Amino acid sequence: MGQVLVEDKEIVAPGQVIATGMDCIPGKGTYRDNEEIIASTLSIMTVDGNVFKGIPMNGRYVPQEGDRVIGRVKDILMSGWKIDLNSAYDAMLPLKNASFDYIERGSDLTKYFALEDYLSVKITGVTSQKLVDITAKGKGLRKLDEGRIIKVNPQKVPRLIGTRGSMISIIKKALDCNIFIGQNGYAWIRGEPEDEVKAIKAIRKIEREAHTAGLTERISEMLEA
Amino acid sequence: MTLRPDGRKPHETREITAEAGVIKQADGSAKFKIGNTEAVAAVYGPQELHPRHLQNPKKGILRCSYNMLPFSGDGSRVRPGFSRRSEEISHVTTKALEPVVDLTEYPNSVVDVFIELTQTDAGSRCAGICAASMALADAGITMKDMVPAISVGKLNDTLVIDLDGEEEHLDENETPDIPVAMIPRSEEITLLQLDGIVTQQELLDGMSLVKESLHEIADLQRKALKKQYEGVVQE
Repeated sequence: MGQVLVEDKEIVAPGQVIATGMDCIPGKGTYRDNEEIIASTLSIMTVDGNVFKGIPMNGRYVPQEGDRVIGRVKDILMSGWKIDLNSAYDAMLPLKNASFDYIERGSDLTKYFALEDYLSVKITGVTSQKLVDITAKGKGLRKLDEGRIIKVNPQKVPRLIGTRGSMISIIKKALDCNIFIGQNGYAWIRGEPEDEVKAIKAIRKIEREAHTAGLTERISEMLEA
Repeated sequence: MTLRPDGRKPHETREITAEAGVIKQADGSAKFKIGNTEAVAAVYGPQELHPRHLQNPKKGILRCSYNMLPFSGDGSRVRPGFSRRSEEISHVTTKALEPVVDLTEYPNSVVDVFIELTQTDAGSRCAGICAASMALADAGITMKDMVPAISVGKLNDTLVIDLDGEEEHLDENETPDIPVAMIPRSEEITLLQLDGIVTQQELLDGMSLVKESLHEIADLQRKALKKQYEGVVQE
């Protein structure tokens, strides 16, 4: 029978022994070295029976199929747009995925998306070499006008959004702001300027305290005050 | 008279303080201070790699850069800035850290590590490696283990850990000085250099002496990484 050496939700660092025994199963952020399970990233370790999984504290975004992200137009090419995804890899937005309109080859693409525009897009494919295809056609996918864009820690995005959007809807309701958080760590906020500033403050607090318990209550309190 | 000018025991390191997350703008960062030697490291990436001919389609590459700040030394020993020495140390630092990092998830990209020495009093490449490995962990890079590093030397025929600047210049010729970096779990050596002359036996004895200190440093590094998340709620 194996022995577990950490508590659930404990913060672990690379090289730390988490558990011993062949019946323990290493998940994300861990690896097996003979009898022992070792942490391989600075993360919060979740212990689920004999399965160990690390949720990283930091790290750049890696594009994944199906993610809804915010991209920035980095360059305009003959056949589409090159989009920065706040990651090591840029994405291609081909003409046919950009709009429901028929865009003729060689026409002025800035009419649709100009340089430095921000768009909400969906990742439709990622190859093994991290070539990324995206689409701007779909529900809620469009150019993001007005408002402001901030950068957040991509690893904290799930916490920022909350279970089925619970966390983000608290902020949206309290401040009457439009907020969209891309999985890649770009967030778009639109509302009255004062509300936008308050929303950013709340987002920063969630980011900072993402690993602590009772956060939802503290955010509600903060927004009501 | 004691063996060492500052009264340390042979196996005793200078006082070590380590802190992670010191540079907010970076993806990961750390400060590592040992005695009067202080290294600050910042990690950016994985990010796009240019020029393209350096890209590796099989995995991301690690690129370290070591630099002493202009005011860091005693003003005479090494001119800070680009030099053959800093190039060499950048290279051995990269080689010391490469075996633990796993960048197979990031083909064609680069992880940049910038190491700046704000104060130097011997052992700067070791302090740099310690800071860099903490900064990499702080950046969320997948690593087999931490990489601690420290030097072992010979003073009056006695092996001692962690030479400081004064000790390095005690001998008229040169005090033998051996910087060592190790992967603690497997005890594999990732950096081993030697200034001066030692016998084969002295080298082997030195290596076994240094291991204990390296394990201690690795624990200290992990502790410092976790410490930045303690008590964030009370403010």
